[in-house]
Amino acid sequence: MEASPNRCRKQAALLLFSILFLATTLAKAQDWVHTGTNLGAPKIRLAAADFKMVGNDAALSTAQLTFNQVLYADLTNAGIFDMVSKSLAPAVMPGSPQEINLSQWSSPPANAAMVAFGAINVQNGREIVYGWLFDAKNTQSPQVLGQQYNEEATPDTARHIAHEFADAIIARLGGIPGIAESEIYYISDRSGNKEVWQMDYDGANQHQLTHIGSICLSPRISPDGGRLAFDELNSHGSNIRIYSMSLHRMVSFPIHDGTDFSPAWAPDGNNLAFSSSRSGDPEIWISSASGFGLRRVTAYRGPDVSPVFNPKTGTQIAWISGRTGLPQVYIMESDGTNVQRMTDGGYATSPAWSPNGQFLAFAWARNYGPGAPGGQDIYVMDIASRRWIQLTHDIGRTDFPSWSPDGRHIIFQRTVGGHSEIWTMLADGTGQQALTKVGNSRMPNWSWK
Amino acid sequence: MKNYKMNSALASAALVAFLITTGCHHKQAAAPPPPPPPAAPAPAPTANITVTPDSIAPGQSAVLNWTTTNATDVSIDGIGAVETSGTKNVSPTETATYHLVARGDGGSTDATATLTVTQPPPPPPAAPQQLTEAEFEQNVKPIFFDYDAYSIRPDAQAVISQDASFLQSHPDAKILIAGYCDDRGSAEYNLALGQNRANAAKTALTQAGIDASRVRTISYGKEKQFCTEQNESCWQQNRRAQFSLDQ
Repeated sequence: MEASPNRCRKQAALLLFSILFLATTLAKAQDWVHTGTNLGAPKIRLAAADFKMVGNDAALSTAQLTFNQVLYADLTNAGIFDMVSKSLAPAVMPGSPQEINLSQWSSPPANAAMVAFGAINVQNGREIVYGWLFDAKNTQSPQVLGQQYNEEATPDTARHIAHEFADAIIARLGGIPGIAESEIYYISDRSGNKEVWQMDYDGANQHQLTHIGSICLSPRISPDGGRLAFDELNSHGSNIRIYSMSLHRMVSFPIHDGTDFSPAWAPDGNNLAFSSSRSGDPEIWISSASGFGLRRVTAYRGPDVSPVFNPKTGTQIAWISGRTGLPQVYIMESDGTNVQRMTDGGYATSPAWSPNGQFLAFAWARNYGPGAPGGQDIYVMDIASRRWIQLTHDIGRTDFPSWSPDGRHIIFQRTVGGHSEIWTMLADGTGQQALTKVGNSRMPNWSWK
Repeated sequence: MKNYKMNSALASAALVAFLITTGCHHKQAAAPPPPPPPAAPAPAPTANITVTPDSIAPGQSAVLNWTTTNATDVSIDGIGAVETSGTKNVSPTETATYHLVARGDGGSTDATATLTVTQPPPPPPAAPQQLTEAEFEQNVKPIFFDYDAYSIRPDAQAVISQDASFLQSHPDAKILIAGYCDDRGSAEYNLALGQNRANAAKTALTQAGIDASRVRTISYGKEKQFCTEQNESCWQQNRRAQFSLDQ
């Protein structure tokens, strides 16, 4: 078939128009997602000076190194700062307000608007940190923040205090509490079985929580952080189990016939939604947090799975239904009324509701089927307008997004060649980095605070 | 079949009852008439026979124990002349009545003891109880599903028919159906899909005449794979409902 020159010109014009149209809609999309995920404000130019060692305890140099690394990483990860790189920062370690020369920091090449600095000491088994945040351009009254920490010295104390100080800075400059002290729960097979593991938000302190010896799936931490719901699958069936974070052991939850899985906490912590096949077809059910007062919410042939409450209101549920064929994202009131389909095709799974109630993150293979182009990626949809943006591109099969408490970050499962790891990124898709590097790590769930 | 068994049980109960009553009757009838003692006051013999235990299974033995007084000539039917008192091991293959007759100067008397030999239950269709997992797996084949589907394909329906006929000939076997999915798609959704595959297989078996109460279902989703390569023949292997013996 030959195309006439006229037709070619027409096609070129159409192409140009499409590109322009796409560019403008993308620009718009970036705007609304930035605003909604608290990433919209211009980034503040922030310098973090290395903290000065005071005293000569043997543990001090390790503590100082850890503290400086963790503080800098936390402030970088926050996503709201334009960090002054260590190579551009003045090679000084001001340990107190008397020792800092602000013009050193506010002038090129650092050009910092704000500077964090302070001192660290280990004395008589206590770790003592003084931290300040100064406005580098305000020489009259520069102090924005002055903090003092005095905690028992353990190998983890420097990391912990750095998280606390970073969160204080983020809360003051970013307007909402930081996430440096939040936790991530996930499934790992590195001990031989699929068990529930826990790690800090930055991938530190990875440790095994459960020792069940079967297959654990879908960990979900309660809003107060006290209980962990998950699914245990063995030859007797699939059941919801509860692990007490304060008692460090399993606590009772009624076991029923049939396949129960994918639990989700209501934001008040008083109810659990989950998928159950006790009536035959897998449907969404809600029970009290202790497993009683069961009521069925959906009643439609086809799989209904992966419920999640609107964390802002607690009155809506997003979930996945295969009632029309391939799985799609739906939302409804928690009594089962007002069902709305959110995705218009493809294969959509694993919805996660943003803390402000405005967005859904989910995994979506927009072209699904054997041999179909494209992959399964993480998307974010604005619920009111149903506009969406794609956050991951060509990095393998991604799934199970989960929002950080501040709504600025999303963790997800990334699978390449049958091997899964947990990754983190900002809610606009930038700043992607791996949090796990050992074994298979899956199904991450971020704590509520 | 059951009624027939019950009838034969009733019949044997009646027989035993008959034997007991006739035994008693016999004893009473055989009681020596009070001898008018005009001449020799020879005392009348007495006899007693017991068997312990009074019920055995075939091949086991029991002990006969008898005592007599004032008797000179003692015999037991089927055994012959015996001492005036003694014991003897017996192991009959069917229920036996031991009839002892004691004769003496004062006349004769008799006594009986019955040893019941319980018949083993006719070896019932014991075969299903011996069904091994290997035999089960050899005869009850898995069924396979289309991509993201849980409806029974025509080729699977044929397999279900064969599976059902084997299971009908082993009515005591309980069945566990596990649904599996291929490695693609999302883990939670696949748990539901696997459950629907297991449910569909259960419905098909039930329609083929298998009692639903014999069947339990479970889903492994994509958590256990039969084949781990990333190609269609491997994915097809993993999209299945697998039958196993539910212990």
